[in-house]
Amino acid sequence: MSDKKRIDQPTGTETVGHEWDGIEELDTPMPRWWVISFWACIVWGIGYLILYPAIPMANSATRGVLNWTSRGELDAEMKAETLRRAPITSALASIPVEQLAGNERLYQAAVEGGRAAFKVHCVQCHGSGAAGSKGYPNLNDDDWLWGGDLNAIHVTLTHGIRQPDHDETRFSQMPAFAGVLSTGEIDAVTSYVRSLSGLEKASANTAAGATIFGNNCASCHGADGKGMREFGAPNLTDGIWLYGGDKATLTATVNQARYGVMPRWNNRLDPVTIKMLAAYVHSLGGGEEAPAPVTAPVAVSGTSPAKVATNVGN
Amino acid sequence: MSGIEPLKVQQPALYEGRRGVYPKAVDGFFRRMKWVIMAVTLAIYYITPWIRWDRGQYAPDQAVLVDLANRRFYMFQIEIWPHEFYYVVGLLIMAGIGLFLVTSAVGRAWCGYACPQTVWTDLFQHVERFIDGDRNAQIRLEKASWGVEKISKRLTKWAAWLFIAFWTGGAWIMYFADAPTLVREFWSGEAATVAYATVGILTATTFIFGGFMREQVCIYMCPWPRIQTAMMDEKSLLVTYKDWRGEQRGSLKQAQANPQAFGDCIDCNQCVAVCPTGIDIREGPQIGCITCALCIDACDKVMAQIGKPRGLIDYCTLDDAVAVKSGRQANPPLKTLFRPRTIVYFGIWASIGLAMLFTLGQRTRLDLSVQPDRNPVYVRLSDGAIRNNFTLKIRNMETRPRIVDVTINGLSGAVMWTADGKREFAKQSVNFAVAPDAVHKVRLFIAAPPEGEERTEFRITTRARSGDERGDSDTVIFERPETEE
Repeated sequence: MSDKKRIDQPTGTETVGHEWDGIEELDTPMPRWWVISFWACIVWGIGYLILYPAIPMANSATRGVLNWTSRGELDAEMKAETLRRAPITSALASIPVEQLAGNERLYQAAVEGGRAAFKVHCVQCHGSGAAGSKGYPNLNDDDWLWGGDLNAIHVTLTHGIRQPDHDETRFSQMPAFAGVLSTGEIDAVTSYVRSLSGLEKASANTAAGATIFGNNCASCHGADGKGMREFGAPNLTDGIWLYGGDKATLTATVNQARYGVMPRWNNRLDPVTIKMLAAYVHSLGGGEEAPAPVTAPVAVSGTSPAKVATNVGN
Repeated sequence: MSGIEPLKVQQPALYEGRRGVYPKAVDGFFRRMKWVIMAVTLAIYYITPWIRWDRGQYAPDQAVLVDLANRRFYMFQIEIWPHEFYYVVGLLIMAGIGLFLVTSAVGRAWCGYACPQTVWTDLFQHVERFIDGDRNAQIRLEKASWGVEKISKRLTKWAAWLFIAFWTGGAWIMYFADAPTLVREFWSGEAATVAYATVGILTATTFIFGGFMREQVCIYMCPWPRIQTAMMDEKSLLVTYKDWRGEQRGSLKQAQANPQAFGDCIDCNQCVAVCPTGIDIREGPQIGCITCALCIDACDKVMAQIGKPRGLIDYCTLDDAVAVKSGRQANPPLKTLFRPRTIVYFGIWASIGLAMLFTLGQRTRLDLSVQPDRNPVYVRLSDGAIRNNFTLKIRNMETRPRIVDVTINGLSGAVMWTADGKREFAKQSVNFAVAPDAVHKVRLFIAAPPEGEERTEFRITTRARSGDERGDSDTVIFERPETEE
């Protein structure tokens, strides 16, 4: 193309030299600030290319001289967080669980840690508000099957309930009375049990049930029906029913027996998390104070299944 | 078609480079007023953080303090908590309406006298005159090549500006922390990074805005002149060149030779020379005019010298300009000032202020908020009673520790206890020692007999023991399980 560049009079700008049907293009230069930003972006881009992962390769991208990865960053952040928490976690690791309630600051830290851990590990059965459901105890109330002081909760959490592979687990087994007691006897004993908490009025049937209860149930549930925590035998006189206090449910319970299970957590969670969970469950409103002389955990959980079975067998 | 002439008009450039403005020193009534306002506003800015105010041992003793870290705002005897931020909003609205009021009454007085951009630019220009000399010397120096004199003068000037800018930025951060402590920490390198960053940014903006951008900020950056332009009407005061008196302008010599053909303006250009935004007021009202009135001072001085009455350039409304031009009387100033528009602005402004003062007097310094547990909403206890859990937040907004009683009303047979208490010792009321100027958060367990409505409304009330305080209460719901029958 012939060089038709000329100065455009109204603007004083040079044209690029093209012309179509009288239409010409001005060679207006880019604004200075724009050119500077443009080159600055390119320089920045080159720097980024060298420092950070940038060019896609077959399996991964180039590493960049800083060796930065988002996973590495997460890892560093998690390490920093662990380090930040170290004073609390080491204090929690060293304090015996029964003394935790006496240390306000540590207890509160444990409760908050436990609240988070509970949401991950416990809500599947006990519910997000720890209110439980049929067969899964409500942890907010003041009724405890195996004990509600910090230590007892801690033992339950550590060793679980009725874990077949574990010697120290909390264990007991209510016998199924179908076949052992007649239908009439079961009707009488359920009526008696319901009368303990005022759900039924005393009658001849409940009187008969009382005798049957004394012979078959009192060894675990106590002569007064108030239960025994050594065996996880529930208190039958209160207003709280794990499976239900209506006639049909109670009849099913006596016929088939109930024995819920809970995982042990000592093979899944670290001791500090278990302590935090114990503190959280203890804080929900039903937490009890430790009995005066703190008994070794073994004494509580050491009840052999055989012994319980023998008692029931009588 | 061939008869049409090609367009020959030179298109204006899209970008206009800055033309140097070298305002000449001037003295007069408005200049002195500007001195006073500058002294007062700068004094307020620099001194306020250093005023001490005794609030006892539990609160900072700085009279004005925006304590972001602890979320408190102190202003003399007033302490604002975050939930009372509407007072700050109210102040901002008042500032806005106040600007409307000022603008509709006296035009751009804010721009001309009190705006920080104006005050600091003015200060920087005085420094500039002190080092470089007045207008003509400044122009000469600007045109001079970079010799020893220019370099040394420029360096001196910039150093002085930088010094002022640094103190400006430095004073700003004093509002956000205990000033004496912060100064010590700042110079020993212990202050927070954000403190240094803030000082750095404000130093830079003061240096650039006050030293170099000046009127460019007013004309191109600031939205306020444009908003004000829309708010002014024919009754707002403007700095006006009275063209009906000044024109036909001509040199003193021409005017003396032919008095009938010339007006009072002798075209001495003094109004242009003193203008800090570099405009010619004789072109009429324009966005570049910040109504600083320095041209009035300059013109008055010239009028006095040539023996003419003052006020060829003066504050004047558009209405008055039209009236006087057509030979009528100007409105009395009070009539111009008190008109529906200004009265309505003042009414809104004053009622917001009065409402805030009233609520300030009425506000309680003890506050309760109750959050019921949502999951579970109730817990059945072993004796059949129903328990609801609540989280209480008790705000003790006084700067002294207080004992606070919490009671429940309207829930028969109910007792309560806290997380560290026991149900065996539950009572109808509990009390807490609440730290000064702090929020006390506590879990409260309330148990009531199972008989009753599914949802019972009741009140939780808190009251300080000191007896001289109004308490606060919250209405909450006590939830019971659905009755099965």
